[in-house]
Amino acid sequence: MLHRLNRAGGVTRRTLLQGASAVAASGLILPAGMRAAAAEPRRGGILRVAMGHGNTGDSLDPATWDNAYVQVLSSAIHNYLTEIDTDGSLIPEIAESWEPSSDATEWTFVIRDGVTFHSGKTVTAEDVAASIDYHRGEDSTSAAKPIVEAITDIRVDGNTVIFTLEAGNADFPFIMSDYHLPIMPSSDGRIDPTSADGCGGYVLDHFEPGVEARLTRNPDYWKTHRAHFDGLVLMPIIDAAARQNALITGEVDVIDRVDTSTVHLLERAGIRIISVPGTQHYTFVMDSRADPFTDNNVRLALKYAVDRQDMVDKILSGFGVPGNDHPIGRSNRFHADELEQREFDPERARHHLREAGLDELRVSLSASDAAFGGAVDAAVLFAETAAQAGITIDVVREPSDGYWSNVWMVKPFVASYWGGRPTEDWMFSTGYAAGAPWNDGFWEHERFNELLVAARSELDEERRREMYEEMQRIVRDEGSTVIPMFANYVMAVSDAVATPDEIGANWTMDGFRAPERWWFA
Amino acid sequence: MVRVVDTPPAPTPAPGTPKGRPGIAHVWIMVGQRLALGLLTLFVVSLLIFGATELLPGDFAEAVLGQAATPETVAAIRRELGLDQPAPVRYFDWLGGVLQGDFGRSLASGNRPVADMIGNRLGNTLFLAGYAAAMAVPLALILGILAALWRNSVFDRASNSAALGAISFPEFFVAYILIFLLAQSGYFPSMARVPAGADLGERLYRAFLPALTLTLVVTAHMMRMTRAAIINLLASPYIEMARLKGMSPMRVILRHALPNAIAPIANVVAINMAYLITGVVVVEVVFVYPGLGQLMVDSVARRDIPVVQAVALIFAAAYVLLNLAADVISTLSNPRLLYPR
Repeated sequence: MLHRLNRAGGVTRRTLLQGASAVAASGLILPAGMRAAAAEPRRGGILRVAMGHGNTGDSLDPATWDNAYVQVLSSAIHNYLTEIDTDGSLIPEIAESWEPSSDATEWTFVIRDGVTFHSGKTVTAEDVAASIDYHRGEDSTSAAKPIVEAITDIRVDGNTVIFTLEAGNADFPFIMSDYHLPIMPSSDGRIDPTSADGCGGYVLDHFEPGVEARLTRNPDYWKTHRAHFDGLVLMPIIDAAARQNALITGEVDVIDRVDTSTVHLLERAGIRIISVPGTQHYTFVMDSRADPFTDNNVRLALKYAVDRQDMVDKILSGFGVPGNDHPIGRSNRFHADELEQREFDPERARHHLREAGLDELRVSLSASDAAFGGAVDAAVLFAETAAQAGITIDVVREPSDGYWSNVWMVKPFVASYWGGRPTEDWMFSTGYAAGAPWNDGFWEHERFNELLVAARSELDEERRREMYEEMQRIVRDEGSTVIPMFANYVMAVSDAVATPDEIGANWTMDGFRAPERWWFA
Repeated sequence: MVRVVDTPPAPTPAPGTPKGRPGIAHVWIMVGQRLALGLLTLFVVSLLIFGATELLPGDFAEAVLGQAATPETVAAIRRELGLDQPAPVRYFDWLGGVLQGDFGRSLASGNRPVADMIGNRLGNTLFLAGYAAAMAVPLALILGILAALWRNSVFDRASNSAALGAISFPEFFVAYILIFLLAQSGYFPSMARVPAGADLGERLYRAFLPALTLTLVVTAHMMRMTRAAIINLLASPYIEMARLKGMSPMRVILRHALPNAIAPIANVVAINMAYLITGVVVVEVVFVYPGLGQLMVDSVARRDIPVVQAVALIFAAAYVLLNLAADVISTLSNPRLLYPR
């Protein structure tokens, strides 16, 4: 991604808004210029961050973490077994190294020596085992339960932890970087989920959910080149205008979820926009069991009836990338770069309708802004372009309240989104594998599912790449999800804040690690 | 927003000098009765709120897991929090706790006691409401009296249109205009969040913009009611008598008209103060002020019933108490009510 970044130097706001393809190529846009990016990190200062998530219901219990506010907070307090680096590769954190068995069903993690929790207790293999174990089992209420379900046994041997899986998984170390799985102190094999004790770069001093969290730097942090601020203040400011005002008036240094329709107001002296194309994408999902979506020709007709570039320009104000009807982002390791981009083509849409034996098509599309910001507008835009192909889409505006329980995976054609997953296998097995609880298209494809299992335990990189590229092609051409766009993570920072050259694309806020990786210039 | 427009009562004769003191005892009895009725009201409110939240789609388990919900985790959360019990059992469990002074624990915030979550925010809400009322009530009364005094003058029309203009814009619009004019130029902070341990001056400074927004929103109602109540009285014969004696218009209004206009004014002030406590969530959001409104909205979205119930009870209690206060003031100001036959 670094080479893409270097090309981005010449991108101005105008070209950026004119063509999101420029956004796609640039990887990272720094309209205020490239200053402050390359300098050596300096220690000091209190970073004040306002986030567009967070509410009074937030808690310190990792099983409940469900929004970017607690995710950034937890990444400041805690460390994980592994960490996803800014280039998308996996680097060690609490695990010093790891080793799979030959069939990738058994993974041995060596725990780093000499790391201590904020309380002074040393991090042991037992703590690691208990931290992961907390999410497993019959009574687990953890949102991470599905991702650790494949673990059949956790064993401690000296300073190593050995995980046994029910089937081989070459990406298992990636799963251990999931934000739900922080390493917390244990006693008698159990962690205290309400404790704020962790081994991360900052110590939690004060936490009032929905109002603010204050942290100070962990003086004994084992990473010497990370966590540069003396302290942090993290606050949720849900209202987009209030968030922008707070940055303009200098009350905070960093905001996330910038409202892209008013971003030009921020592009004045002293405010820098950071836009990162990540894995989050917006979808229109068809229930492949329900007529007329049982016929792949109908699904293809709908896929050809979306003007993706137009949607990126209008719904995302250019801060995004057109999707190619598969869920793998450009920052993923095995993204199929050669796969041809699907374009808006009303003639081909009509052709597929004829193949399906239809002259015209009328479907209802359920949408709500709970699915993603602008979902209803995007659905209306879809209906407009689809009309040119002889397809009538009736947009049904659904209530946001209860959208995920009453509409999503209930109605046959709905708007939805995915935050994206750092690995191909994770994304496919969460949302596309036969029988997966969140396979929202109820899509089953024999070859795809074979490949999914085979690729999961394949340790040879090249063979895996081939398999994942074939799977992306299958989902694009036969899947039951229209994926019109990938949305960038858009943040804004004051001039005082310096960032590394490359910013993580796996999640917002530099993969939640901004407090650890950024500094004051 | 509740807007009730009372019609002022028929003009009453100026108070005489009644003998004996049965009136005050009568007021105490009324306060006692009304407080007892208030408790009944709170009970009914809690029942209604509970019933309404039951009617909402989804429960806490589904709301908190959102898109990530699977049937097993939803069932496990329900089991753990007792949400799998039938609704009447849950309601009476909660009621039993409340009768012993225990408002229960939040479902969402890792079992935090509800009282803990509310304490600070209630203080913030009352502070902001008091601050806004301290600006709005005197302003509204003075403007109302002057408008009545110089009725149909340029001043009357100007203050009427200004107040009506301010009330006609949505609150967030007024708030954004104030932020644009006063915060972006650096005079006042756009975030009203008060750091812990700030002194009173600092708190007043930081909360100025939200208080000003609320003042603009509530002044019109009180001012127009004051003006209308006074003008209504000015047509009565005893005012005409006062004028014929040669009293100055200002003295006529302050000495003779105003005392008889207190009842409707007290009522409208009470309604607006209750609104300042219960209805300011939009202002809280725009100015990032941690008050009860935001907590209520978050809790409803998450189906965190114990918190919703507790906040609803506080809001209902605010209405009950402020209306009671208004009635006591009306009674004290009106001998016909103070000494009923």
